[in-house]
Amino acid sequence: MSICFSFFTSSIGRKIVVAVSGLLLFLFCLIHLSGNMLIFVGQEAFNDYAYMLHHLLHGALVWIARVGLLALIVAHVLATVSLVIENKTAREPYHFQKTVRATLSSKLMPLSGLMVLAFIIFHVLHFTVRLDALGTNDPSYKLGDGHFDAWQMVVDGFANHWVSVFYLVSVFLLGLHLKHGFASLFQTLGLSSNKTRKHFEVASVLLSLLIFVGFASIPILVGFVGIYR
Amino acid sequence: MAETINVTLKVWKQESTEHKGQIETIKADNIPTSASFLEMLDIVNETLIAEGKDVIHFDHDCREGICGACSLNINGVAHGIEQAVTTCQLHMRSFSNGDTIWIEPFRAKAFPVLKDLMVDRSAMDRVIQAGGFVDIRTGSAVDANSLPIEKELADAAFAAAACIGCGACVAACKNASAMLFVSAKAAHLNNLPQGQAEKKKRVLGMVAQMDAEGFGNCSNQYECEAVCPKEISVDNIAKLNRDYLSSSIKEGVQTI
Repeated sequence: MSICFSFFTSSIGRKIVVAVSGLLLFLFCLIHLSGNMLIFVGQEAFNDYAYMLHHLLHGALVWIARVGLLALIVAHVLATVSLVIENKTAREPYHFQKTVRATLSSKLMPLSGLMVLAFIIFHVLHFTVRLDALGTNDPSYKLGDGHFDAWQMVVDGFANHWVSVFYLVSVFLLGLHLKHGFASLFQTLGLSSNKTRKHFEVASVLLSLLIFVGFASIPILVGFVGIYR
Repeated sequence: MAETINVTLKVWKQESTEHKGQIETIKADNIPTSASFLEMLDIVNETLIAEGKDVIHFDHDCREGICGACSLNINGVAHGIEQAVTTCQLHMRSFSNGDTIWIEPFRAKAFPVLKDLMVDRSAMDRVIQAGGFVDIRTGSAVDANSLPIEKELADAAFAAAACIGCGACVAACKNASAMLFVSAKAAHLNNLPQGQAEKKKRVLGMVAQMDAEGFGNCSNQYECEAVCPKEISVDNIAKLNRDYLSSSIKEGVQTI
């Protein structure tokens, strides 16, 4: 299958991998955000949702999701890194550098992407692995029925202001990453045209704002304002 | 008496591809504002010749904005900051007395510098040779409407065919991607019935050659569209992405 090999090593083929994996990761962000918003509904709603996620398909769903997300991140990062390395070597810089219409978010894509990757690793260690050193592995997170008290873990997790600041900066960079990435993927998949490109760009701004404001509300309200303390 | 200005040039000087280049400062005095940018360089070169110095080497040919021979990155922008013009159509009235003007060659690994501001753009010719043509004999102009072509497609093909292959898109791209050039040349033929027979071969061939030449990868900043003297649309890039995906699937299905 030489076409398969040449597709996945070609410039456009790898960009399509980045676009498709990026779209799926973006959809995950939306689902993740809608689940997170239950923290403002209340302790019971949040913990019931967490319990459901961990027990759907006899507990298999959460592992299917974890493996799938890991595969998407690996594909997204590997394809992007290989493309960026080529881009960096494709020309020498100009002595007089100027851009005419490139957006700030598009220029910061590799940086915002790597920062978000670092955040994802921290986030998983913080709330999924629950490293002892991060203070979210308290054995007292047990509800009356023996279920895990995820709500209390999150509230305590944002008690440290430095952690909240890191979350805030990271979700801002995620929003910046999505602002260019979401509109860009339609161009890479060949779905945009002069008529629709502007609409995709507007949708991209609105959706990245939604992601930023939504995720930022938790460290701000639970962390800094301390509505549950 | 025409109005004149004095400017300072920061010009890239490089002996040959093998040598290292550097920026040199050259004074350009008494330049008529009615002169084109290339005429300004001619005037500077006359002075340099009179002084027994080496001239500034640069590419040029038709000097009426249609051939694609002239290049130059002027103050960081390919063909200068004026919209939809080549360097030969840029005039000194766009500058002010006392300005410092940075002049660099179109930079890309795929465009090696030959001397000073002249670069070798034959990588683009090799992309065309990899499929940017039709093998069939198209003959002389056919009777009108004997081969029906939808108006919108005819317009899109015509707009893409306006590409003069100057390489400004590559020079403007931070990744030195040739996607705007390649997509325009592919869309020109892929939009028309005459181009359908070899569409798959063309798309796969041209993209493979583009990658092999060492051009970078498009990151959708659309700097190329902003500097293109022929205002080629990035719609063509979306079309090439689409056609590459469908051609790859077709090729895959046919080889199973």
